[in-house]
Amino acid sequence: MANPAIAAGAARKKPLLLHPASKPLLFALLLLPLAYLVWAAATDSLGANPAEALIRRSGDWTLRLLCATLAITPLRVLLKQPALVRFRRMLGVATFGYAVVHFVCYAVLDQGLDLQVILKDIAKRPFILVGTAALVLMTPLALTSFNRAIKALGGKRWQRLHQSIYAIALLALLHFFWMKAGKNDFTQWSIYAAVIAALLGWRVWEAKKRSSAALLKQPVS
Amino acid sequence: LASVPSTLPSANAMDKVTDYQDATTYNNFYEFGTDKSDPFATAGRMKTRPWTVTVEGNVAKPQTFDIEQLMKLAPLEERLYRLRCVEGWSMVIPWIGFSLSEVIKRVQPTGNAKYVEFVTLADPKQMPFVGSRVLDWPYVEGLRMDEALHPLTMLVFGMYGEVLPNQNGAPLRLAVPWKYGFKSGKSLVKIRFVEQQPRTAWQKSAAEEYGFYSNVNPNVDHPRWSQATERRIGEGGLFAKKRPTLMFNGYEPQVGQLYAGMDLKKNY
Repeated sequence: MANPAIAAGAARKKPLLLHPASKPLLFALLLLPLAYLVWAAATDSLGANPAEALIRRSGDWTLRLLCATLAITPLRVLLKQPALVRFRRMLGVATFGYAVVHFVCYAVLDQGLDLQVILKDIAKRPFILVGTAALVLMTPLALTSFNRAIKALGGKRWQRLHQSIYAIALLALLHFFWMKAGKNDFTQWSIYAAVIAALLGWRVWEAKKRSSAALLKQPVS
Repeated sequence: LASVPSTLPSANAMDKVTDYQDATTYNNFYEFGTDKSDPFATAGRMKTRPWTVTVEGNVAKPQTFDIEQLMKLAPLEERLYRLRCVEGWSMVIPWIGFSLSEVIKRVQPTGNAKYVEFVTLADPKQMPFVGSRVLDWPYVEGLRMDEALHPLTMLVFGMYGEVLPNQNGAPLRLAVPWKYGFKSGKSLVKIRFVEQQPRTAWQKSAAEEYGFYSNVNPNVDHPRWSQATERRIGEGGLFAKKRPTLMFNGYEPQVGQLYAGMDLKKNY
């Protein structure tokens, strides 16, 4: 029979993460930064250079949400909260959404939506190229984020495809590094780098643990 | 701050003046932080009186000027200059001051004075970012002698009819309108006449991005962005098209001959 104390504990924790309102609440939270940026742009309260502010802040939010998405699995395991996985897809899609906003702001506000100029900019500047590559690589992940796509691809293949998020995180980090390099100002960058290193490092460590556990389980002949 | 309109041809740009609010809240002054809003927020604590400026090096009459004395060296003029930042934005500022040459001729440079080095205040007690690794402090800038003597090169004490706000480089700064804004050092404490080309703060930090000359040039891109266009701050709202950047920031007729025969792609 189950330990009543554990069952009670689980029952107390369960409603929060499994509450039917939790997803709509997260959705609303994820829209807040965008709503604020739109409001601030409309009321001209983004300072002297609103275009630059929009480009930078949408980029900041992309990085933050990317970290949040990557944090789900480690947190789920470390906190023993399997229900956390319910939020991963929405965080991932939101990351993509902010990346698109970031790119659109750059393309429209900085480059005047001149396709030729944009293509030249991407080809000429590694800084822009790396950011664009991250967005391009994110696109198939966003497009295969609904249940039917998962089923059609099969769990294994879907998972392998979505592992490209690790490469995307490193590209995003490099993009941000080059953006800050001109000012030799790496305080913010170091924080993001440390968070992403921890989130990816945990995965490497887990994988090693699992493979050595599998080795130990092999029958000794 | 009383002044007379400048009689210098080309010292009065025909452009619309940038809003005072934009010009005083959107600043690069890394001693106070790397965000554009940092200088406005934290420069207020800088003490600008008393203040002295030491003029030294290869000159016959080295001298330390008190700021009040220095301001009376020549009639204060108002000049409307375009200011183009290397980051791709621009403003139009009514500066108050006079040509740097007024000071130069009083200290009498010797034949060995080939360059002028400008050293700016680096006081960690007043400037929260001095000590950070962003730049090698103090901030040093430099001009070739002929550039420093050009009448457009201006020693600035005020703007918009007032004394300079701290975040704009009080109590005195440079304005070199045909060069990217970072060439115009703020809160100057030393002007040195030297034989060798000075190593500027930005050259030490990123020589491949910021050269000694740093003339505004739409044909030579920054490694991370194009310099062909610029955003004029406050012009036309969020969706305004950027302006084409002009050679030497539009001062080519006045300064072009300084660089005759020079490869400006190499000497960026």
